Amino acid sequence: MNKTQKFDYRSQMKQPFKLLGEMFNDIWVGRQLAYQLFKRDIKARYRQSFLGYVWAFLPPIAMTIPFVLLNKNGLFNVGDVKIPYPAYAMIGTILWQVFVDSINSPLRKMQAAKPMLAKINFPRESLLVAGILEVFFDFTIRLVLLFFVFWYFKLELPSTMFMAPVGILAIILLGFMIGILLIPIGVLYNDITQLLTLFMGFWLLLTPVVYPPQKEGILSLLTEYNPVSPLIIATRNWLTVGSATNITEFTFVLIVTFGLLFIGWFVFRISLPHLIARTGS
Amino acid sequence: MKDDVMISAENVSKKFCRDLKLSLMYGVQDIAYDLVGIDSHKNKLRRNEFWATDDVSFEVKRGECIGLIGRNGAGKTTLLRQINGLIRPDYGSIELNGRVGALIALGAGFNPILTGRENIYINGSVLGLTNKQIEDKIEDIIDFSEIREFIDMPVQSYSSGMQVRLGFSVATALDPDVLLLDEVLAVGDQNFRAKCFNVIGEIKKNAAVMFVSHNISLISLVCDRVIYLERGKIKYIGPTDAGLKKYSAEAATNANLKDYTELLEAPINKFETKLNCNELKSGADITAYIDLAADEDIPNAHLRIIIWDDKEIGIADWSSKRSDLNIDLKKGENKIKVSVGPLILKPGDYWLGFILIDNTGLKNIAWIYRKHHFKLTGIILGGYTIQFGMKEFQLN
Repeated sequence: MNKTQKFDYRSQMKQPFKLLGEMFNDIWVGRQLAYQLFKRDIKARYRQSFLGYVWAFLPPIAMTIPFVLLNKNGLFNVGDVKIPYPAYAMIGTILWQVFVDSINSPLRKMQAAKPMLAKINFPRESLLVAGILEVFFDFTIRLVLLFFVFWYFKLELPSTMFMAPVGILAIILLGFMIGILLIPIGVLYNDITQLLTLFMGFWLLLTPVVYPPQKEGILSLLTEYNPVSPLIIATRNWLTVGSATNITEFTFVLIVTFGLLFIGWFVFRISLPHLIARTGS
Repeated sequence: MKDDVMISAENVSKKFCRDLKLSLMYGVQDIAYDLVGIDSHKNKLRRNEFWATDDVSFEVKRGECIGLIGRNGAGKTTLLRQINGLIRPDYGSIELNGRVGALIALGAGFNPILTGRENIYINGSVLGLTNKQIEDKIEDIIDFSEIREFIDMPVQSYSSGMQVRLGFSVATALDPDVLLLDEVLAVGDQNFRAKCFNVIGEIKKNAAVMFVSHNISLISLVCDRVIYLERGKIKYIGPTDAGLKKYSAEAATNANLKDYTELLEAPINKFETKLNCNELKSGADITAYIDLAADEDIPNAHLRIIIWDDKEIGIADWSSKRSDLNIDLKKGENKIKVSVGPLILKPGDYWLGFILIDNTGLKNIAWIYRKHHFKLTGIILGGYTIQFGMKEFQLN
């Protein structure tokens, strides 16, 4: 009630612990707002749509079909993947889609909320949290698709499936971290959104999503230095064959993700007033 | 309690850039400097920059209402946005005590597809209310908005006035210590506006209010003090009456220098006008001389004289048709002298212009917009523009 706010010209980084306190406080204060915004976006999305929730299924299905057809005709040979290829590709694309959604979410939320950001002071973290909730929500719907795949191909769920949520969480965090780091430049320049769409197409093909990790050649090198591959490989293995062999890489990526996520949050806080001032009302 | 300083601004300065590309680049630069904690560059202007807020200092106490006045682009909204913490000053500091409620935009976060009721929840949480608070107050909010029968319809089917009503009604549920208002009540009908001002009056008893408006009579009604901004600098700070006087005096001189719009259509090729005086007593008559030339005869023309107030709103007119006058203009030079009145208007600044319409009644062949400035003198007693006379008065 009697709180005092001070807006000073000095950089907030000069009092990092005060800033940190404000950051966590805003997350807490904005928790209900985050939920309201999440509800608003979901409701609005499905109320003005005829197909409704089907839209959550369509992207992974549409992405899988061409690869399955290519594979069936022998034009795209992936070798032995231990389970039927359509199931393999479908699980891969569902995981990939979560990653793409997580990357896109922060910048999209910021851009959609520009008028609000320009005119109201509210805990802006709520926008990002609402975005994460939406990614989770979409993934939950796609679980139905995943269950259908398992049922159709009569796959058995191994005992390691309980590790899968950890893998999915890691995928979401990695995507989200990248998304948050893109905010400052992405809000100022439209180029980022365009580049991102372009780049994600490349990235998909350079990641073992619709094919298994390669042992040699350029692709193997790309897999090795691709932060998202260990996450997708491990999660898919936990869901299908049982054990994941790349736990070290997985853990490394997760730790770096946490670190960068935190840095990204600081950058977000510091850049916000500048972004609002520069993009105007 | 009463003497609490709620808002205190010291040397607040903010620079803006005229060029978008440069501005975005400076933005990246500023973010980078802020991240590493360098502030030394902040008080210097870079290429194409100017001070949108320039060394502004003031204090507002609880129970006090300050009006921010100034012409468009004087930096009123920029200052308000800094006080609200939306953008940070490039120099100086702002301190706020207590809860801040800002109505810089009404209905922010409204989603057009969702219903009014759903949007109350969203807008309420954006403004900082908890779900519990909204639930407790939702009936009051709906009642205040007077749109109960539409509350479960999607907001996109609301008129803009209804959206503003809903937005303001949600805001009434706030209980701020500092209230910032930015022209939010420019829309909405008279009744609703009056209701809103009652609410603001209530809030003001216990809060510090800052108020941006171009509506002079509103400011004089609500505000205790005014800050008159010009090019980001404080030109005047002090009691409302003196501030408004200074502001309107300068607005008048500025307007005098301003080019007026003048449109002539064939067959008119000259339309020169002048008035017999530019200062007269309220209630007197005014005489206009028109010197016009036409390429052909214009039988049965229609002449109108229009008077605008200082907000560029047309408030009074005279029509030759209404005076049952037949103006037959001859080919070549015509000279007109016309006296109109009495101008029983509130003392102040007014502008006068002309419209000449051809005999079809459809085409303006001369249109002289706000050309002549004149001042009506007298004692200001009432607030309204048109001041009628009296025919009889009895006191028993």
